[in-house]
Amino acid sequence: MSATLQLGIIVGYLLLALAVGLVAYRLTDRTAEDFYLASRTLGTVVLLFTTFATLLSAFTFFAGPNVAYRQGPEWVLVMGLMDGIIFAILWYVVGYKQWLLGREHGYVTLGEMLGDRFASTRLRGLVAGISLLWLFPYVMLQQAGAGTALEALTDGTVPYAVGAGLITAFMILYVVVAGMRGIAWTDTLQGLFMLVTTWIAMIWVLAAVGGPTAATAALEAEAAQYLALGSDHYTPQWMLSTAIVIGFGVAMFPQVNQRFFAAGSRTVLKRSFALWPILCVALFVPAFMLGAWARGLDVTVSEGGNVLPAVLAEYTPIWFAALVIAGAMAAMMSSSDSMLLSGSSYFTRDIYRPYLERDASARREDLIARAGVVVFATAAFLGSLLEPATLFELGDAAFSGFAQLALPVLVALYWRGTTRTGITAGIAASQGFYLANLFVGTIVGGLEVVGLAPVVGEIAPALIAVVTTVFQGSYLGWSAGIVGMAVGLVVTVGVSLVTTPAADERRAIYFEGLGAD
Amino acid sequence: MRRLELVGWTAVAIVLSALAIPWFLWGNATTVVGLPLWLWWHVGWMLLAAVVFHYFARRAWGIGIETDGGAIGGESP
Repeated sequence: MSATLQLGIIVGYLLLALAVGLVAYRLTDRTAEDFYLASRTLGTVVLLFTTFATLLSAFTFFAGPNVAYRQGPEWVLVMGLMDGIIFAILWYVVGYKQWLLGREHGYVTLGEMLGDRFASTRLRGLVAGISLLWLFPYVMLQQAGAGTALEALTDGTVPYAVGAGLITAFMILYVVVAGMRGIAWTDTLQGLFMLVTTWIAMIWVLAAVGGPTAATAALEAEAAQYLALGSDHYTPQWMLSTAIVIGFGVAMFPQVNQRFFAAGSRTVLKRSFALWPILCVALFVPAFMLGAWARGLDVTVSEGGNVLPAVLAEYTPIWFAALVIAGAMAAMMSSSDSMLLSGSSYFTRDIYRPYLERDASARREDLIARAGVVVFATAAFLGSLLEPATLFELGDAAFSGFAQLALPVLVALYWRGTTRTGITAGIAASQGFYLANLFVGTIVGGLEVVGLAPVVGEIAPALIAVVTTVFQGSYLGWSAGIVGMAVGLVVTVGVSLVTTPAADERRAIYFEGLGAD
Repeated sequence: MRRLELVGWTAVAIVLSALAIPWFLWGNATTVVGLPLWLWWHVGWMLLAAVVFHYFARRAWGIGIETDGGAIGGESP
């Protein structure tokens, strides 16, 4: 019964989304700018909720309550600082500046904006390439997640590959038809839906257990340490590392960064900015407190299973639980479709066009853009079938990977002295540092193999010692992600100071003619 | 004058970030109406942040970014 109901709700949601997409399609100009950015016309509510839904969706529903259940409710604070404050400040510092520059010069992607300033197709390609390196496996994880969820929901009637394939096919169809406008509209429905159902879920569960005081008393009896701020898991270093790295990472995630270009006006950006902390706290408190309270309640959660569905199944009617779970699945897709669209735009605008077809017409570029979505989604789907461990590792680390781009970009946006060599070196160094930390095991393994050879073999143990010291993963409790960001900052500034700008760099472009109108 | 304003707003941004987590309540387990005191602080702080952001958007939006002057201050949102 529940599975049929959930499937019915998912299919219903998909049909609704498709209808919205078709309406959006009718309003579309056939240009790449319209396809990717809805011709820079999004209003306050749509921009606010499309960013919100893209950013938080599936993670807030599943992973967030799981963290609160297993480690304690301090996760609300980490997410609040990360999204509600740090990302909001970046919304102004990075977002507003990007929006002005995008309007002035017609930029659609981050790489395009940097490539133009530093007169470097290579830098443009590098930024796009790095973004795709982190984005591609992240999309793959979403597809794998959706496939697994459908398989579990139908007790195996829909096998993993079929589920992931169906969802990929739907996303391709949807993104190709609807473009940014359609995605933003369905995201808005999605974001509102998420917010409302989370509150209803919390009220429902609290009503069943006798209110928040009773729920907290039960939690205190089960795990009193959850109520005291801080723990072995939540150290100040860990909380700050996580909030800062992910907060900056989010601003560089292609589908979020690209939304900075899509706002309809300055007023839209202002209003969304002021509403942002309220929206975040309104979602995080009920979602994560439900997870934490579940720890004290009579809810059985399987090893590695999700907490929220278990709580809902215990305390709310079956149709409501089904609605929320279906909503979460749909949310997973709504993040993925935005990522597909951005990934395809990075690929076509920053890699395909500059290198392979420089003078494509607007109409032709629009076609290439839509074809790019198909290629990107299909490749990610095939990847999710093979389930390669390396790619999964990259996907899990995507936020930290994107965070490595943030400081070099910020330096370039606000310091005229940044040189092409400086920013390129800064980006390469922080990415290299973070990737080496992620794959330190592989590097050491490689060196051990080398160590078997004569002559070179003698220096291998020394090299291994150096590698494991430099890339130790955690530095006095601070994460490799945040240390990598510092590396990127120091290298960008340091190398810029000792190099001279290339003659064709447009050094003033980020500092002139950025007016209000 | 404008530079001083920029420094001021930067300081506000840092304070808003620094106290979103109430470090001074570290280890404190007091609960009020079923929620930990530190969570109430956080909720209040986020509301304060929204008010500050709103004020910033009305009064100082463009500072540090817009270059042709005159755009900050008195302009209505």
